[in-house]
Amino acid sequence: MRWRYWTGRALFYLLLAVILVYLIFPFYWAVVSSLKSPQELFATPVLYWPEHPRWQNYVDVFTQQPFGHNLLNSTIVAGLTTLLSLFIGSTAAYALGRFRFLGKHTVFYAILSVSMFPQISVLGGMFVLIRSLGLYNTWWALVLAYMIFTLPFTIWVLTSFIREIPRELEEAAYVDGASPMQVLRIVLLPLMAPGLVTAGLLAFIQAWNEFLFALTFTIDNSARTVPVAIALFSGASQYELPWAQIMAASVIVTVPLIVLVLVFQQRLVSGLTAGAVKG
Amino acid sequence: MTQPSRLAARRTRTAWLFLLPSLLVLLVVAAYPLWRTFQLSFYQVSILQFPLQPEWVGLDNYRFLLADPYWWISLKNTAVFTVVSVALETVLGLGIALVVNANFTGRGLMRTAMLVPWAIPTVVSAQMWRWMYNDVYGVVNDLLMRAHLIAAPLAWLADPHLALPGIIAVDVWKTTPFMALLLLAGLQSIPRELYEASTVDGASPWQQFWQITLPLLKPALLVALIFRTLDALRVFDVIYVMTGTNPTTMSMSVYARQQLVDFGALGYGSAVSMGIFLIIALFAAAYLVSLRVELD
Repeated sequence: MRWRYWTGRALFYLLLAVILVYLIFPFYWAVVSSLKSPQELFATPVLYWPEHPRWQNYVDVFTQQPFGHNLLNSTIVAGLTTLLSLFIGSTAAYALGRFRFLGKHTVFYAILSVSMFPQISVLGGMFVLIRSLGLYNTWWALVLAYMIFTLPFTIWVLTSFIREIPRELEEAAYVDGASPMQVLRIVLLPLMAPGLVTAGLLAFIQAWNEFLFALTFTIDNSARTVPVAIALFSGASQYELPWAQIMAASVIVTVPLIVLVLVFQQRLVSGLTAGAVKG
Repeated sequence: MTQPSRLAARRTRTAWLFLLPSLLVLLVVAAYPLWRTFQLSFYQVSILQFPLQPEWVGLDNYRFLLADPYWWISLKNTAVFTVVSVALETVLGLGIALVVNANFTGRGLMRTAMLVPWAIPTVVSAQMWRWMYNDVYGVVNDLLMRAHLIAAPLAWLADPHLALPGIIAVDVWKTTPFMALLLLAGLQSIPRELYEASTVDGASPWQQFWQITLPLLKPALLVALIFRTLDALRVFDVIYVMTGTNPTTMSMSVYARQQLVDFGALGYGSAVSMGIFLIIALFAAAYLVSLRVELD
């Protein structure tokens, strides 16, 4: 009996180890490859550990590629998108989470259905819109386009947060003669802080990772974001991709995301389950 | 007017005022571009000339779409990608969720590790795997050869039989943990007493899984499934980065963008986009019906 228990236990931990390696290995491989010299990178059989870590690859990403500029573009675009979504999304979420009015369900479903739009179905129309507004190849083109998925998502996550905040404080404020806007700003927003962090983080990550719009609405590095840059990295010749640099750039953009995820783990999971399982 | 109904009218007005900015933005970034794409699908128009010089062609683009072999190939690729990846992600995700739901030391570490593939941008994970799949210097071939599963290196992304399965494997790697997290939330809402009671009654873990876990997990499972299906049907990033517009792996979204941007066919590309929209709208409608969201 004891023997069976311990074999079961061992098999269980073996299974866990297999899952863990499966999840982590590709990232490990990106890190290892980013530290290899060309000789190590193109060695056969494959080297599983860089003998002489070559940090120069991380420098090359910024000197041989315009990656610093791409990072700046991504930060500004994702940051602006997030702030705008939170700003206008929070009032909408307050209306949907707290008020009773005719047409609320219709509005709610309309917003929800926008979040399920395939981006490709608006690509042509969006391109024409952006061209006619003169925004092509600018940050604003991407900020505008990204609202299509960050705004409905933000409204959804914030609405579910607001519903969980007790009403008593608000009612007290109304009795004291506060306007709805004051109630939202002074009473509700501080209580919503965790929700704002969750929704903001998820919106930021979505905007940071977006590829289709960024690929289509930018033409050069003046507005090109990180995912497009990483997809289009080119080396000395057309046939020779700078893999070490691509991997170094990949690690650079992934590490902050992983850190964010680690720090805000609990909130992200609850936000995702609110935003995904329920809609 | 009585006092309460005047109050209600004022509350209604406030609510609409609060909704106004969001509705306006969505009108501009969602409704208008969708309408414009729909409109453009009845014209022949080049993306290269601004201002546009559209030429009315009626339903010609749609007629052409129905006869276009590349559209059907991209539809088939997308269907295969969706069915296989969603099925694998559900089964593997459920497996991982069940394992992680058990009590063990290091559970926090495991949950954290599950978020890593999700946090990595799709483009980045596609590039990482593209390098791993490299036919000469790739680690995938090396590992498979060391394990004596293959005798010679395979050209994963160049071989028409291997490219789509290879891409599906990347999507499965990236999305399974996310699926597992969603299902884990469902598992944790099942009352422990049910298992305790059935253990007393002599039920085996196997019976418990089929009689308790699966039926009670069904709502969460269904929603996760539809959610993932909607996502998989519009797949673009991973396929575009790994194999570009190669017809053997091209998805519907990749094809639409190729027509719109690479070929500059704004009219026909829009018709392709509307085809995709219609297909996904059907799935989305099923999703909304199955949700029955409670608002208050």
